[in-house]
Amino acid sequence: MSLTIEDPRVVEFDVRTDEMLVNMGPQHPSTHGVLRLLLRTDGEICYEVTPFIGYLHRCAEKIGENLTPVQWVPYTDRMDYLAAMNMNLGMALAAEKLLGMEVPEKANCLRVMIGELNRVASHLVGMGAYGLDLGTFSPFLYAFREREIILDLFEEVCGARLTYSYITVGGVTHDLPNQIPIPPGLAALIGKSPNTKLSWMEACTLFLDWLEKRISEYHTLLTRNHIFIKRTAGLGVLTKEMAMDYGCTGPVLRGSGVDWDLRRDGDPFYTRMYQGYNFQIPVAPFKEAPNEALLGDNWCRFYVRMMEVVQSISLVRQAMAKYPTTTGTYRMPHKMTTKLPKNEVYLETEAPRGAMGFYFVGNGDANPYRARAKSSCFCNLSITEPMCEGVLLADIPAIVGSLDIVMGEIDR
Amino acid sequence: MTAEQIQALLQERFGDKITGGNMQAIDPWVEVSPSAIVDVCRFAKTDSRLLMEHLNDLTGVDYFEPDAAKQKNFGHQPHVEVVYHLSSYTHKHKITLKVILPRWQNDKAGELPEVPSVSGVWGIANWHERECYDLVGVKFLGHPNHTRILCDDDWVGHPLRKDYEFPLEFQGIRGK
Repeated sequence: MSLTIEDPRVVEFDVRTDEMLVNMGPQHPSTHGVLRLLLRTDGEICYEVTPFIGYLHRCAEKIGENLTPVQWVPYTDRMDYLAAMNMNLGMALAAEKLLGMEVPEKANCLRVMIGELNRVASHLVGMGAYGLDLGTFSPFLYAFREREIILDLFEEVCGARLTYSYITVGGVTHDLPNQIPIPPGLAALIGKSPNTKLSWMEACTLFLDWLEKRISEYHTLLTRNHIFIKRTAGLGVLTKEMAMDYGCTGPVLRGSGVDWDLRRDGDPFYTRMYQGYNFQIPVAPFKEAPNEALLGDNWCRFYVRMMEVVQSISLVRQAMAKYPTTTGTYRMPHKMTTKLPKNEVYLETEAPRGAMGFYFVGNGDANPYRARAKSSCFCNLSITEPMCEGVLLADIPAIVGSLDIVMGEIDR
Repeated sequence: MTAEQIQALLQERFGDKITGGNMQAIDPWVEVSPSAIVDVCRFAKTDSRLLMEHLNDLTGVDYFEPDAAKQKNFGHQPHVEVVYHLSSYTHKHKITLKVILPRWQNDKAGELPEVPSVSGVWGIANWHERECYDLVGVKFLGHPNHTRILCDDDWVGHPLRKDYEFPLEFQGIRGK
């Protein structure tokens, strides 16, 4: 007898239960923050999911209208707080495009280096938290052990561990430090004395060397884990058409088989930052996929992120190799009170969770007339409604978790 | 296709429904009359020359200067714009569409301006339009779920309007 259930609703027919409305969240551990899902359930089956958002709304756009772009940078940190560098970058680029500013080569090199390192940190959290959603605790601890070192490295560069405000209009706020104490986590892992002093780039290289070897361990822990495959492969299938219709971007879109990455296909103002770098864009379907996996399921989305970590590590290495030969300064002089021209600009950048768009309307004043942040998670979350129809209640955390949402970015 | 070609194509297909545009802007935009926006969007999405599968962003901008002393230098007639950023995965081109609306329907303060909803064209427009209604105060006709999305359901006013006044109290919580 086969143990697989073709359509779970068929079994339920014989043991019909009462319909029940269940509130999942806003304080549920597997909703990644303050997301509330209203579920209409019948027994174990969920027939309708309605997401409610806005619990973390902090009026970022209204605040942006009353500040100059430079002053708004710290507010963008708090949007996607797991990838604050990438938020800063998107906003800074949009403001620079409006002002017609050219950033020196050195600043661009630093932006690639730091932005990609933040992508690694963000995907590590995505991986760990997804394991947590599915009931395994250890990958989360390993992911945070690695992320801790990245945060230490960021702290040495800009002084902050979560809300960096490092990438700003005109470049970045600091150059790389020449001598730093080795991050304590890294010293313990590679068996060096905690009193070792070395340059930032040496510390980063040591860390990347160490991290690269660990990636196959994560695959053993999660990607090829039998239970993990059972919970993810073939579930939460998002078709290519639906992903495009619902404006999904980033790993969610690539997991559904659309070959689109703004670092390669985006606005020239953004893509020229990545000129001269070699990187691949992982797109589903994968030949490593388990037999049960379907195009656009939870497993594919997860695997896209895992593959992107490898690409980002290589990009950080390339940027570090390029850094000593770059010209110019790390920051252009830029007055905070520079008047914005009467024009408007919309620019999208590839943040770890998808395309983060910033829209500025200038009106001859130092403050933008309208500042808008279009969030990628906002679009990615909007597919939960059609995707969670008729799935088992236990699969909802698996599907929502695979979208890797951050509520700070959705509510802004 | 370049923005000029897209504008020419839309003009050829929709004639006087394309009411203007600016090709010199950083992001060139085409102005569409409110009644035709759904047809234009559907055409842009399905026509094989355009294939705008992706609605990058949909948002609103309120043009109004509440301060009488600054109105002289403001340079815009009071109006509300709904801005649609479209792009194509296939052709890798993009265009911005704009719909110009009065600040208030029939010049009655408090009556929201109306524009047909494009949520039938792109699924994501559903949430973007809800946000635009919530924050900017634009009514989308034919929207399947025309409710607020970020603010509370019983919130009064639309915060991104330039003459919005911050409430002194909301459900017993002091504001200022």
